[in-house]
Amino acid sequence: MEGNTNYLEITIGAVLVYNFVLSRFMGVCPFLGVSKRLDTALGMGGAVIFVMAIASFATSLVYQYLTTEIEFLGHHLNLVFLKITLFILIIAALVQIVEVILQKLSPPLYKALGIYLPLITTNCAVMGAASINAQEGRGILAATLFGTFSGIGFALALLIFAGLRERLELSQIPRPFQGMAIALITAGILAMAFLGFSGIC
Amino acid sequence: MGTTILVAILFTGVIALLLGIIIGVVSKLFSVPSDPRVELVLGLLPGANCGGCGKAGCADFAKAVVAGECPPNKCPVSSSEQVSSIARALGIEAGSEFRQKAVVLCGGDVNQMKMLTLYNGVSDCVSASMIGGGPKSCAYGCLGMGSCARSCPFGAIEMINNLAVVHAELCVGCGACVKTCPRNLIKLVPADSEVHIYCSSPVKAPLKRQVCNVPCIGCRKCMKSGEEGQFEVDGFKIKVAYDHQPLPGAEVVDAASCPTGCLLTEKQHLAIERAEKPVVEEEVAS
Repeated sequence: MEGNTNYLEITIGAVLVYNFVLSRFMGVCPFLGVSKRLDTALGMGGAVIFVMAIASFATSLVYQYLTTEIEFLGHHLNLVFLKITLFILIIAALVQIVEVILQKLSPPLYKALGIYLPLITTNCAVMGAASINAQEGRGILAATLFGTFSGIGFALALLIFAGLRERLELSQIPRPFQGMAIALITAGILAMAFLGFSGIC
Repeated sequence: MGTTILVAILFTGVIALLLGIIIGVVSKLFSVPSDPRVELVLGLLPGANCGGCGKAGCADFAKAVVAGECPPNKCPVSSSEQVSSIARALGIEAGSEFRQKAVVLCGGDVNQMKMLTLYNGVSDCVSASMIGGGPKSCAYGCLGMGSCARSCPFGAIEMINNLAVVHAELCVGCGACVKTCPRNLIKLVPADSEVHIYCSSPVKAPLKRQVCNVPCIGCRKCMKSGEEGQFEVDGFKIKVAYDHQPLPGAEVVDAASCPTGCLLTEKQHLAIERAEKPVVEEEVAS
């Protein structure tokens, strides 16, 4: 599989064409939750890139062993159906470990990302990246690249949206549309704008 | 089929156990020694993260208190019991206490003040003060768009008839609103003061009268009614001398019978604003 991987698709494609929030509609909860201010969006975006990259790496590593048939007491078993359960376990544990290590080794990075890390342990965008990697049967390198660039795509969408919402705060909005209503409408229009990238890879 | 279930359970169980052990070992290896006293102080603090102490949130303040950089009474939100419990827990002096509250020194609501323009811009005091000064004609009065009310972490400021009114029982004196007001109308005053002159305009009395029904015209009736030193002249208006003890009480307000009605106790001020009907319902800022 490694040989004929379309690297354009898993880098530029993951950021723009198959953007996690705006095309696949995953991770919409943090997208709406932490996009009120630009600086929190930046912290969250950084944390997502970080977690998605390491989660993709770890899950693709484990998945290689999971797909092979194992022989147990004379029965041939295929444990691929355990994919989601195992991914949840691994990602959650991994983020915990990274959080603890980060706190010790790099306090400034922990201070910047720390409060966002527990938020995304079981985020569906992170889960989705691991799941898509497994579905496409990507190797470790391709999977990690895809995870990193999907995270960058998420961060990009989050930053654009946070900028828009900061402007929305100061504009006069008709009463029925105030708050979450206008935020969702804006997100929809933003998703339509990203539709323009479809087909480039 | 049975073996598959068994193996799946075993497999997941073993992996979960392994991950659990790894997390346990890692958190032991990479544990950061933190001062248990910081946690203790943080537990005793209100946790509002208002920044009234000058630190970035309660956790930062707790660190400063434990390090001895800051006395525990610097927290404007904690009651004296909370402060003394922190001091007891650490075995240090609580520091002398001086409680304050905020007051908006303007009485110009929509009924009392002439309107200058129809303001259609951004509903925010800072923006309005940059563009021509908002809808009201007094260039020194409350803009009535509630920037202070939005900045208050305790919800102590209510916008009534397009005028900001501080509820003294909710205000802790953190000073967040003082920095917000573009017209510098909000002052921190001693918490036990109850009489204020609700006007901050420094212009001459006839000019004030043209735009507002309740300005301070500097007639000094209050100075004659109160004790010596309770009020002082400040340009073309009078102000309460908050440093002077005793502070004027409700009896001074009755004795002075302020001709414009800007000398009021907090209760009277609130009662007046509550009783008045807003001119247009739309204009009551949320």
